[in-house]
Amino acid sequence: MTDNRLAGPLDDPIAEAGYPADHPERVGFFTDTSVCIGCKACEVACKEWNLLEADGPLDLSGNSYDNTVGLGADTWRHVAFIEQRVPARDKPQADLGMPGVGPPGGDPTDRDGTDVRWLMSSDVCKHCTHAACLDVCPTGALMRTEYGTVMVQDDICNGCGYCIPACPYGVIDQRPNDGGAFKCTMCQDRLGDGLAPACATACPTESIQFGPLDELRERAAQRVEELHERGVPEARLYGHDPSDGVGGDAAFFLLLDEPEVYGFPPDPVVTTGDLPAMWRHAAEAALAAAGAVALSFLGGAR
Amino acid sequence: MAEAHPVGFQWVMEAKARGATVIHVDPRYTRTSALADMHVPIRAGSDIAFLGGLINYVLRHDAYFAEYVKAYTNAPMILRDDFADTEDLDGLFSGYDHESGSYDVRSWQYQGAEVEASAGRRDETGVQPEEVVRHAAGQRLQSAAGSEQAGSGGAPLRGTPELDETLQHPRCVFQVLKRHYARYTPEMVEKVCGTPPELFEKVAAELVANSGRERTSAFAYAVGWTHHTVGVQYIRCASVLQALLGNIGRPGGGIMALRGHASIQGSTDIPTLYNILPGYIPMPHAHREQDLATFIEADSGEKGFWGNMDAYTVSLLKAWFGDAATADNDFCFDYLPRVTGDHGTFQTVMDQIDGTVKGYFVIGENPAVGTANSKQQRLGLASLDWLVVRDLNMIETATFWSDGPEIATAEMETGRIGTEVFFLPAASHTEKDGSFTNTQRLLQWHHTAVEPTGDARSDLWFYYHLGRRIRAKLAGSTDPRDRPVLDLTWDYPTGGRYDEPSADAVLREIGGTGPDGAALSSYVELNNDGSTRCGCWIYCGVYADEVNLSARRKPRSEQDWVALEWGWAWPLNRRIIYNRASADPDGNPWSERKAYIRWDAEQGRWVGPDVPDFTATKPPDYVPAADAKGPDAIGGDEPFIMQSDGRAWLYAPAGLVDGPLPAHYEPEESPVRNALYGQQSNPARQEYNRPENPYHPVDGQPGSDVFPFVFTTFRVTEHHTAGGMSRWTPHLAELQPEMFLEVSPELAAERGLEHRGWATVVTARSAIEGRVLVTDRAKPLRLDGRVIHQIGIPWHWGPNGLTTGDAANELLGVSLDPNVHIMETKAATCDIRPGRRPRGPELVTYVAAYRRRAGLETGLEERP
Repeated sequence: MTDNRLAGPLDDPIAEAGYPADHPERVGFFTDTSVCIGCKACEVACKEWNLLEADGPLDLSGNSYDNTVGLGADTWRHVAFIEQRVPARDKPQADLGMPGVGPPGGDPTDRDGTDVRWLMSSDVCKHCTHAACLDVCPTGALMRTEYGTVMVQDDICNGCGYCIPACPYGVIDQRPNDGGAFKCTMCQDRLGDGLAPACATACPTESIQFGPLDELRERAAQRVEELHERGVPEARLYGHDPSDGVGGDAAFFLLLDEPEVYGFPPDPVVTTGDLPAMWRHAAEAALAAAGAVALSFLGGAR
Repeated sequence: MAEAHPVGFQWVMEAKARGATVIHVDPRYTRTSALADMHVPIRAGSDIAFLGGLINYVLRHDAYFAEYVKAYTNAPMILRDDFADTEDLDGLFSGYDHESGSYDVRSWQYQGAEVEASAGRRDETGVQPEEVVRHAAGQRLQSAAGSEQAGSGGAPLRGTPELDETLQHPRCVFQVLKRHYARYTPEMVEKVCGTPPELFEKVAAELVANSGRERTSAFAYAVGWTHHTVGVQYIRCASVLQALLGNIGRPGGGIMALRGHASIQGSTDIPTLYNILPGYIPMPHAHREQDLATFIEADSGEKGFWGNMDAYTVSLLKAWFGDAATADNDFCFDYLPRVTGDHGTFQTVMDQIDGTVKGYFVIGENPAVGTANSKQQRLGLASLDWLVVRDLNMIETATFWSDGPEIATAEMETGRIGTEVFFLPAASHTEKDGSFTNTQRLLQWHHTAVEPTGDARSDLWFYYHLGRRIRAKLAGSTDPRDRPVLDLTWDYPTGGRYDEPSADAVLREIGGTGPDGAALSSYVELNNDGSTRCGCWIYCGVYADEVNLSARRKPRSEQDWVALEWGWAWPLNRRIIYNRASADPDGNPWSERKAYIRWDAEQGRWVGPDVPDFTATKPPDYVPAADAKGPDAIGGDEPFIMQSDGRAWLYAPAGLVDGPLPAHYEPEESPVRNALYGQQSNPARQEYNRPENPYHPVDGQPGSDVFPFVFTTFRVTEHHTAGGMSRWTPHLAELQPEMFLEVSPELAAERGLEHRGWATVVTARSAIEGRVLVTDRAKPLRLDGRVIHQIGIPWHWGPNGLTTGDAANELLGVSLDPNVHIMETKAATCDIRPGRRPRGPELVTYVAAYRRRAGLETGLEERP
């Protein structure tokens, strides 16, 4: 385990990055989507604080109330809106097996015992424990901060774009006009002043909670338990587990459905996690090839 | 609430986290529905049927809070024997005059008591006969100003009503109420509202289970309830229900009006309305021989705190006219403008069209797209001599003459519009000091964060310097008509780069000063002899001890849960009004769980975490002397101290012009007949039968099938009202980038509408287009065997700004609630067709064809 520093559980990625032992606590976001009201204050506060342009095309996306569509170089918080038909809570479910069955021109007020459900969720960079974007960055523009977050330094980024396919969540993005890579900094310039990030500050319902990661994980576990007790068995955490494919996220979520429903990969894996093995195999292959070549020369000399 | 009041909604979410059940009743499934425990669909415009159903449920199941109802409401009051209910008259109350379309309210009063009705001595008697005739020609005649005159005080009442404490008398309010709502059964609710009975019963059961001694429930509403021809009665209906359940004056109870702007509460307290003065003192009417004494005599209550209206009025006049106001000149009472009829916004605009109003200030509004029947608004604007628009952005109201829809259709020609338009850029709330008053009557101060840029100035700056310049021009005038302006106290200190007047000084004037010039701490210190000054009596004390109390921001972690040191609430920093009702008649809490204010016999005063809304040392067993007046006439067990009878009104014997009890009436335009009564719509509603304002035929009339669908207007979180603050803001524009129309998949299939395609919505007023948003959140309703489709239309758009689109208000006609003259925007009928609307003059032809098909040739057709 300890010989691969690019994957698996890692207690202290800050120390791992070389900060002294008295570094600040690792911080993160716990986004509780069960109380998100989809107001998008996080999106706007983020853009205001970080001086990001409005980059939307002023064209109705048709994707519920989501018109910024996804995270991007100028959208570091993004609120997803998911409209679903779900089995009605208070109605007999007998018809569920036969959707759409009924006389032609039947009752348009009957939707086969289904209700509508509208999920909202504010997405953001996950600030992975093992951040592939950081691993692949050739210039060192992407760095681990003293708070354990992952940040791009625009003045160092050369726009190579390697980080973009490396991200298992599709978060980081290049700005078309200057080629630089951009994403959430967790408001690094606020943290130093003891302020919470702009999005968490603006959130009216505490759907976005900011704080020390350990504390957030505890709080999140409690919240899931509470929701289960209240008859919301579908509540589950996403990105909280240090033993997952990215070593756990500093920005993790409470969801009310499968991750795919929200556009999250169900089982994200740090794309550089296999690098040691790959390099090892490559080295072995190279050695073998070199050996074969040497052998062939030896053979030739005979 | 989550959509339009996301910041306030955080407290609903907090309550939910503590176990509260959140129920959302709305024609649309919104962001609020998404977070609620229950979304209850309802047909737009049918809420009284729903609420009436709840009242009936409560009465039928004996689920009302019996002790509370008996002691604190007017349930025992006996009504006059000539009162007739809608039960007796098929949807009309007694006193209806078919000719004028209005009520004589005398028969609605209590037996043995004389109630001053808002439409009685309060206004009409002094109106010139020709005034009445003129208004009657264009509309159903209405009282010039109605119930809002009663304001926070309720309507005045004289005498002692007869009571039946057993609530058995057939004419007591309780029995009348029972009979009135008996027909509002769950089946009827389904028939009228389209709400499934099992869902309705669930709501009723939840509400009842969560009310009583141990628990309280709260209602929150916004303009989805008020923007109806029966808007005031919607709120009355909730009041009746909450009073029955004992949910008023107690923690966790109440009815909250979620206001449309940050300080709309403030703009009624210190009104931008024509018919009230600050603190809900009525604006005097143009009576021939009325002096201050007769004005006070006609309007003040004999019992309750309105009994001191003379002190409030004199102190107001002293605040305005200073040393010029003396007892000898009636404290300049004659300087006040007089009301001669309806001077509401719609009447004003029609008067512009008719040529009698020549100048217009438009401040913080955008009527060219933001007011119902926008075309009528623009016709008014185009008829003016001059127009002043102050706004953050170059809104449509300032540019109608160059690029308004009528220019495109060739109905107007820029060169022929004579209106001289002055556009003055305004400072935003972050660029000026001032206070917001929210729905909880809480004043919160905001400080200037940055100076305004360019020519932008605060409204306070504008009015102060305008007044200063006018006074300079009039200086030395001997014309008596200039005296009111010259005698105004207009001496606010100014400072800074722009000579900004001190908002603090204005608040201090509002808060009141005593004979020694020091700030007052309570309105009970106000006198009627001219020794005190107070710009708004209910705000008296906001500057007590020379401290701007509205600017207090003590964190909640440093004070108790009522947080009396955060801002300041009128009156006297009370956070829950009528909180004496949180204790039983003996002064003990109804329950420890809901304890709030209680009588402490040892201290001899009312105590609790809030400021008691009661005379602090008046014991629960205080019985007023027979000749007691004003506050002294309120008994120790009568919590509703601003009401003239000290009680919460299940039945309104006065104060309303369209009925003492809420009854369901269909909107002006409805696809169905009224299932409850023969009377289709509010018989006292205000209509304007004019060529530019035709109404659709209602169900059963020829042509009604031309406009088969219901539409309701709505707001989304991303934009603000008519868009003046948000359509120009890139970060908001991208979040909701285009005008859209919300339709169900079923309606889309029926009309061939494509998701993300264009569609055109048509009414007899106009046609607008928008992108189609087909969503499962919209669902047709089934009522009385019919399928009703509802279309949701956001009203934020207009032709100017970054994100542009047609304005929903083009579609709406103007018909008003008769009490407060508010328009019906939340329920009307329309047609919808795929594709974009015609351009240019063809749009006029297109709408005209619809009118012809609906039989609306003139706009003057007779209404049921």
